[in-house]
Amino acid sequence: MAISEPIVLPHATDEVRLARTWAQPRGFWGWFMNVHHTAIGVRFMVTSFIFFLLGGVLAAMIRLQLSRPENHAIGPDLYNQIFTIHGSTMIFLFAVPMMFQGFGVYVVPLICGTRNIAFPRLNAFSYYIYVVGGLLLWVGLFLKTGADAGWFAYTPLSGPQFTPGKRSDFWAQMITFTEVSALGVAICLATTILRQRAPGMTLNRMPIILWEKLVLSFMVIFAMPAVMVVSSMLLMDRTINTQFFNPANGGDVLLYQHLFWFFGHPEVYIIFLPGAAIVSTLVPVFARRHIFGHLAIVTSVVATGFLGFGVWVHHMFATGIPQMSASFFTAATLMIVLPTAVQFYCWIATIWNGRLQMKLPMLWVFGFFFVFLIGGLSGVMLASVPVDWQVHDTFFVVAHFHYVLIGGALFPMFAGLYYWVPKITGRMMNDLLGKVHFWLFFIGFNMTFFTMHFLGLRGMPRRVYTYPPEMHWGGLNMLASVGALFMAAGLIVFIVNFFQSKARGTLAGPNPWAAGSLEWATSSPPPDYNFTELFTVNGREPLWDNAPNQPIVSGVRDDIPEVLITNSLDSEPQHKDEMPGASIWPFLTSITVSIAFIWSIFSPWGIAYGAIPVVITLIGWLWPRGHSPAPRQPALEGRWSK
Amino acid sequence: MIAASSPMRAAAVLASFFQGEHNSLHPAGPFSSNIEWLYWVIFWIVFVAFVLTILAFARASAKTYSRAEEMLPIMKDEEGDRKAKWAVGTAITVTVLTLFAVLFMSVITGKKVEGMTSSNPVTIQITGHQWWWEVIYPNPQADQTVITANEIHIPVGKPVVILTSSADVIHSFWAPSVHGKRDLIPGYSSAFWIQVDQPGTYPGRCAEFCGLQHAHMGFSIIAEDEATFEAWEQQQLKPAPDPTDAEAQHGREVFLTHTCVMCHTIRGTDAGSRVGPDLTHLASRNMIAAETLPNTTGALAGWIVDPQRIKPGNKMTPNPLAPDDLNALVTYLRTLQ
Repeated sequence: MAISEPIVLPHATDEVRLARTWAQPRGFWGWFMNVHHTAIGVRFMVTSFIFFLLGGVLAAMIRLQLSRPENHAIGPDLYNQIFTIHGSTMIFLFAVPMMFQGFGVYVVPLICGTRNIAFPRLNAFSYYIYVVGGLLLWVGLFLKTGADAGWFAYTPLSGPQFTPGKRSDFWAQMITFTEVSALGVAICLATTILRQRAPGMTLNRMPIILWEKLVLSFMVIFAMPAVMVVSSMLLMDRTINTQFFNPANGGDVLLYQHLFWFFGHPEVYIIFLPGAAIVSTLVPVFARRHIFGHLAIVTSVVATGFLGFGVWVHHMFATGIPQMSASFFTAATLMIVLPTAVQFYCWIATIWNGRLQMKLPMLWVFGFFFVFLIGGLSGVMLASVPVDWQVHDTFFVVAHFHYVLIGGALFPMFAGLYYWVPKITGRMMNDLLGKVHFWLFFIGFNMTFFTMHFLGLRGMPRRVYTYPPEMHWGGLNMLASVGALFMAAGLIVFIVNFFQSKARGTLAGPNPWAAGSLEWATSSPPPDYNFTELFTVNGREPLWDNAPNQPIVSGVRDDIPEVLITNSLDSEPQHKDEMPGASIWPFLTSITVSIAFIWSIFSPWGIAYGAIPVVITLIGWLWPRGHSPAPRQPALEGRWSK
Repeated sequence: MIAASSPMRAAAVLASFFQGEHNSLHPAGPFSSNIEWLYWVIFWIVFVAFVLTILAFARASAKTYSRAEEMLPIMKDEEGDRKAKWAVGTAITVTVLTLFAVLFMSVITGKKVEGMTSSNPVTIQITGHQWWWEVIYPNPQADQTVITANEIHIPVGKPVVILTSSADVIHSFWAPSVHGKRDLIPGYSSAFWIQVDQPGTYPGRCAEFCGLQHAHMGFSIIAEDEATFEAWEQQQLKPAPDPTDAEAQHGREVFLTHTCVMCHTIRGTDAGSRVGPDLTHLASRNMIAAETLPNTTGALAGWIVDPQRIKPGNKMTPNPLAPDDLNALVTYLRTLQ
């Protein structure tokens, strides 16, 4: 992989000029104008973490109520709102925005070696619209109109007959907000990955985390419309008397379930794949070698992306689906075990032939191995139709999906945070506090959720606000509730650790883990232009594989915010593009869109009249401001090894 | 909390984890025992898979663990990777074969559970309501149709057909020691078999979230021998007897002149509404309010006066009756054997 002909630098890059060109505005209004991906990515992470804590408070209330039989701490009306908003928050306001948008927006452009995300204003818009969606759901709860039909909001329970008032409308519109946000980010990330990779980062050399974000972006683009359609149909049933889901007028309540789960199951992989990608990124770093089976892992990720769309009916085995069609979905569900198993085997092989350094992020990766393995294997049990008839909608399933989602997303998330927070803040997290956090959380988690397997087999259904003492579920429930205290304590330790490290942690330097991907090739935290010099790439782990005299990109202007566009397959430089700069319009547009969406809950005319300000702000956003006189032809000469 | 004051108490708590008849691992009929068999087969398969994977992680970590503070240089082990290719290839092959085995056993068990035939079986129509179960033994002759609520009597050792439907939202019919669950979906009707081989009472609950009182939507399946079952059926077909003593007669007056008649049926009287459970043979049931309270005089009185305190949000309105009227009403209802 030697360089055949190094590129000669025409002129040195001027850091001061770069900083001036890419500077993001400061101050109060500046905050709303910022379009740089590191800022937006951190905002996604912080906001979704706050929603995670709020959802966690609701989880604690659930555990409080269920700790004893016939407990009267919380009544059924409030309890139904609590578990609905707990589930909706964790899925729509935490897991996806954190794992897909947060990590994706922050790390993808850095790993691609580019200066900003594609369509940065759309990216900023996606953040604001997500925040409004989250606030809508939570303001509803505090106004005593919290959604209360479950995070899945099955019709007809969520329909106008059985949930009058505005509760389900708040839920349905929250879906629209968050999915618009995810779709926007999916487009930004897919474009960044396909067109802005550093020269030499061919598809063959593309790091696994970029593959996964690419697959994920397409999954979002195909899955999210299903749920937006179904939540909009529900909203129309409720506001303008359509009868999509009213069986009395020929509507079909099962149609709702098909559309919801056609989104809902890919959603599980949209949450899990980012976790797996973090693991695939961290394992080679802490085993001090390239990952074993790069191709096998990439194939597995792509396969998961396809198979994830073929398993949704396993959420509906108890509806009376004929045995033959149900068996097809059992087979598909078992098949999707395989790509995940392949990834597990490759991770084991990487560690087996490496040198394991059990740093803090790796401890969380090992937590993931243990927890997710249990969740995945109980998933094999659930794939079987007859077994599912028994454990479906019981605490066994609650245990299963907390093992899968907390195992597959939360453990990797903490691994990823301990790994990337030094890049984000420039300071290391405390090792001892991190270990305390891990063990408290790990023990508490298993105490709470392993117990629930027994509760489910012993017949405790989900979503009950209380249970009679004769069922003998009290002891196990108390054990589960005590576990929640450990988890809460662990989270407090994490928050303390974060703030003390931000204030006083040891300086991280550009590459504290001696890792191989490009985000470690710039200072911590990265400047607004990300990289002073744009890298070319010689292997899958650029900082490990690059030659000492590896060429850098030249000819990208530093007086206008320009990025290099490369082609999708071979990442050959094609041309340069000027990035849009800071702007208030994405924020203003998010406000007008929010007004239209929220208005439509109360009156169907909200969409009609609300469209007018949306169009005005879009005109402002898209108003042509002329381009810099920069030449737009390819600027680079020279060759990279392939 | 769990740390009990004495070992005895801890043992009692531990033992309570495994008590109860509402348990999918305590099968009482052929369907639930087939499923239980399948459950344990898959359980042991995934248990072995779990142990092997964890051992592989432990071995890999122990083999290559380094205590170094500084990050070590990057290494390459081509010989090791060649071996690993074989190991991973073998593991994938074993995984594929195991998954096929699980699929095969699952489909076979599914066929066993669905492929039941029987001539002239007892047929029961279950209709889910917020938050109780309407139980009908349909018969072409209207006066031969048994209508009751929440307590399902079946003959022991015989296949029984359950027809499902829902009057409002989606519910799910689940008696874990008898069979897996089946959703009751408005606009859809479906049918499945159940069978119980041991006489006894088997609890069941609603398993699909159905609103405020999803938690208090129980039922029970009472399996009894053929003769007892038929006697019960004959008794249920009779209209309610006319009360003999004065208090019960007054109670019937109370029933017929208050809001009770808006929702409930007592055959043999003018009360004929089908909104709430049929009360013709209320006193023959063990529990009231969908298995929420025992069917005793006190519980019945408490329920009639303030059902919203016991099951907040349920569809029955409070009935602030004068004490005499209440006593008379309960006396009357207790005669409805």
